[in-house]
Amino acid sequence: MRARVGVITFPGSLDDIDAARAVTRAGGEPVPIWHGQRDLLGVDAMILPGGFSYGDYLRCGAIARFAPVMSALMPAARAGLPVLGICNGFQILCEAHLLPGALTRNAGLRFVRRDVRLRIENTRTPWTRGYATGQEIVVPLKSGEGAYVAGPATLAEIEKAGQVIARYAGIIPNGSAAGVAGVCNESGSVVGLMPHPEHAVDELTGPSGDGLGFFESVLSVLAGT
Amino acid sequence: MNGGPGQDTVAAAAATPQRPQPYAELGLTAAEYNQIRRVLDRRPTDAELAIYAGMWSEHCSYKSSKVHLRQFAEKAPKSAALLAGIGQQAGVVDIGQGYAVTFKIESHNHPSYVEPHQGAATGIGGIVRDILAMGARPVAVMDALRFGPADAADTRRVLPGVVGGISFYGNCLGLPNIGGELAFDPCYAGNPLVNALCVGVMRHGDLKDAAATGPGNQVVLFGARTGPDGIGGASVLASASFGNQNGADGESAKRPSVQVGDPFMEKLLVECCLELYAGGLVTAIQDLGAAGISCATTELAAAGTGGMNVRLDAVPVRDASLGPAAILASESQERMMAVVEPGHLAGFQAVCAKWGVQATAIGEVTDTGRLRMTWHGELIVEMPPGSAADDGPVCHRPSARPAGQDALAAADPDRLARPADGPGLRAALLDLVAWPDLADKTWATEQYDCYVRGNTVLAMPEDAGLLRIDEQSGLGVALATDGNGRYCLLNPYAGTQLALAEAYRNVAATGAVPLAVTNCLNFGSPEDPAVMWQFEQATAGLADGCAALGVPVTGGNVSFYNQTGGAAIHPTPVVGVLGVHQDVRRRLSVGFGTDGARIVLLGRTGLELGGSAWARAAHGHLGGRPPRVDLEAERALAAVLIAAAAGGLLAAAHDVSDGGLAVALTESCLRGGLGCQVALPGDPFTCLFSESAARAVVAVQPGAEAAFAALAAEHGVPAEPLGRVGGASLAVDGCFEIPLDELAAAHAGPLPALFG
Repeated sequence: MRARVGVITFPGSLDDIDAARAVTRAGGEPVPIWHGQRDLLGVDAMILPGGFSYGDYLRCGAIARFAPVMSALMPAARAGLPVLGICNGFQILCEAHLLPGALTRNAGLRFVRRDVRLRIENTRTPWTRGYATGQEIVVPLKSGEGAYVAGPATLAEIEKAGQVIARYAGIIPNGSAAGVAGVCNESGSVVGLMPHPEHAVDELTGPSGDGLGFFESVLSVLAGT
Repeated sequence: MNGGPGQDTVAAAAATPQRPQPYAELGLTAAEYNQIRRVLDRRPTDAELAIYAGMWSEHCSYKSSKVHLRQFAEKAPKSAALLAGIGQQAGVVDIGQGYAVTFKIESHNHPSYVEPHQGAATGIGGIVRDILAMGARPVAVMDALRFGPADAADTRRVLPGVVGGISFYGNCLGLPNIGGELAFDPCYAGNPLVNALCVGVMRHGDLKDAAATGPGNQVVLFGARTGPDGIGGASVLASASFGNQNGADGESAKRPSVQVGDPFMEKLLVECCLELYAGGLVTAIQDLGAAGISCATTELAAAGTGGMNVRLDAVPVRDASLGPAAILASESQERMMAVVEPGHLAGFQAVCAKWGVQATAIGEVTDTGRLRMTWHGELIVEMPPGSAADDGPVCHRPSARPAGQDALAAADPDRLARPADGPGLRAALLDLVAWPDLADKTWATEQYDCYVRGNTVLAMPEDAGLLRIDEQSGLGVALATDGNGRYCLLNPYAGTQLALAEAYRNVAATGAVPLAVTNCLNFGSPEDPAVMWQFEQATAGLADGCAALGVPVTGGNVSFYNQTGGAAIHPTPVVGVLGVHQDVRRRLSVGFGTDGARIVLLGRTGLELGGSAWARAAHGHLGGRPPRVDLEAERALAAVLIAAAAGGLLAAAHDVSDGGLAVALTESCLRGGLGCQVALPGDPFTCLFSESAARAVVAVQPGAEAAFAALAAEHGVPAEPLGRVGGASLAVDGCFEIPLDELAAAHAGPLPALFG
């Protein structure tokens, strides 16, 4: 029985089909979840994909955090449901206080789409356990508000607790504090990542197949292997 | 603009035949105004005048160009692939396996100069709705951009705004940007060219009509509410020259004519329309673009049963003070108009509600042959819709070969001083790849999302964008746009064919078979006979070229009045070619990535420097004749590239055009990350910098050398072995060697240095 991984579609979600494709390619069953529903359909894990949820003319994710689906997801996530927020999904998870910190305008004040090298820092989360600690992967980054910020105390805390799951290797493309590209919650079940592993699932359409590991990781955890 | 009752009515117009009307301010001539009076047999009401002013504008009516555009259909090669052609909002091409694609390129030049960010953003929005209205899902965009000198102060205002606008709108809409052009020339200083292309995919049978049929069917306006933006966009902004370049007054006066974009609303509209189509809830559909509701109602009615009643006061507005004439002329974005059977109206409204899209029934289809509009119960429009939509003025503008044309041809670039030794050639190459026209465009393209939807196989800086359409079979489409104002100034007939040939070659270089053509014809004022001569030559060149290459024109757009004061831009037809790729897994990239692969130059090289990048960059020279056009050679070259890709014989392929072999080798090395060592056959300068057409440089898969040589010979394409891929430098035997780091720095440095 294939694990069922929900992919939330907000009206302005854009990378939902890419996330669903990545789940399929990794061997799971993607389950579409509409932003207006409060029923999570019993999925085994959830992905909040990239895009512009409700246009994001206000602070990114600030409105999506109040979507009906979030009222069901927030307690489920706190109870341990594996959740991955990519780009806009990361922003929404921060707005919902499921993850520490926030994402702000890129240092260059322009949208940046670039293939970036990431160093995986924490392989204890359900989304990263298929990688080796210190492994470098190449995935696309594409965002205008991708600069990770957090107060000095929070930054020190998450560094100490190993909640930084991935960091930009080399040049930091957007001014993220300490080069943070992704973080997790205290238990590791909720992960947010600014770059897009779902765009790096094969070399035909992406810069590499390196991103597939996020989806394979969670499926192997769900399969209990 | 008064929104209350007490408007100019049909009855009032009949009763006050002599009331003076502001037709000239709306862009109509006295003759056109009198023609309207004859059609109506009275003076038009204010609302009718707004409709005619929009629909009879150059932008909407093609009045100066249509006598020349006919030849695209008349000379078109027979093509079984064409499901819908010219006259539709966009052409539709059968690509097999039950799929059809529709694509079109359109200009948003004038708005992008006045307000670069919104002008460019709404250019994307407009072309996307054109594709959506055909019944297709939009799947990618491209943009062909031209600006004034890269180091001019105004270019630093216009270019970042345009690129930022495309980034803002296209990224939020979720459409990958897969290619285009970015060029500079002083002729575009007051008239930047912003041409946007969109491609969409549908299944056969999903094709939608823009014809209001079935009396009693409801006319539904949906999407954004109507506001006071973009009023007079078609008639005033896009159909007249700018005043003096330094006269900022003219620009600010035209600023309210630019529309404001909301890409999130457009995203909702796209998904909403696709769900409406899938539910069979739409009888006919049209997007609202230039001339807004005027255009949608007159065109839908004229193409259908023939009549329509509209309650104009039912149109949802953002500003309650808007009167009927302003509502008719508004070019507010993100709006569509559908014709819906009464029994489907509730279902239609339900889908719209799901997506949060406002939908309002504002009228119904009739068989009266008349378009009637009321405002709070009073009749304010009563006209035959075809008189505005189809029977607009037709101008046979005078044309005359420009006085300076012979002098231009006589300014022979062969007399320019050329580098002769190794160090001189090395410096010339480094200068050329750093020339803003040919420099690395990552500064702009990294602001665009090329990955979204997960089907982008090739994107800039490749020769063409390549999209996967079917994940199982690997079926895909390739798209390229090309234009060259320098060649076209020297010879608009040949220059246009060279633009066509380059786009055709770029598509073939990925391994795709070219199928169809779209075009965006950017010219100066049609009231200038010299410009009309250029236009005649260019359209004839394109029609003849398409016939020779066997690819029909499926649609396009004309942008006149790209002129400031008396100075017109270079004639700049931008040609888009679409091709079908049978298996995108067999695509060819420009990058040299296979160590040891043999490099071969395909085609013939002569000393052809007229209009070349080298002459312009090194000497500021523009004169002589453009490279010779040989469309038979282009066909043969394309056949070799397509067969070689399908047969797995090649590791890389790159067309040779602007900047010649020097630039092609540079781009292939930097793209693939490997150097090359080549020996040039003949005069090194000619080999490196001549721009002879019908050429490509390829890297052959190790082991396939003999098979590839046989293939080229079979098609009669000269194949000159140059050397091999490898190392960390671009090395030319006996001339020079440039480390890739130095080459990359020269190529990538200029745009960030100019634009921050």
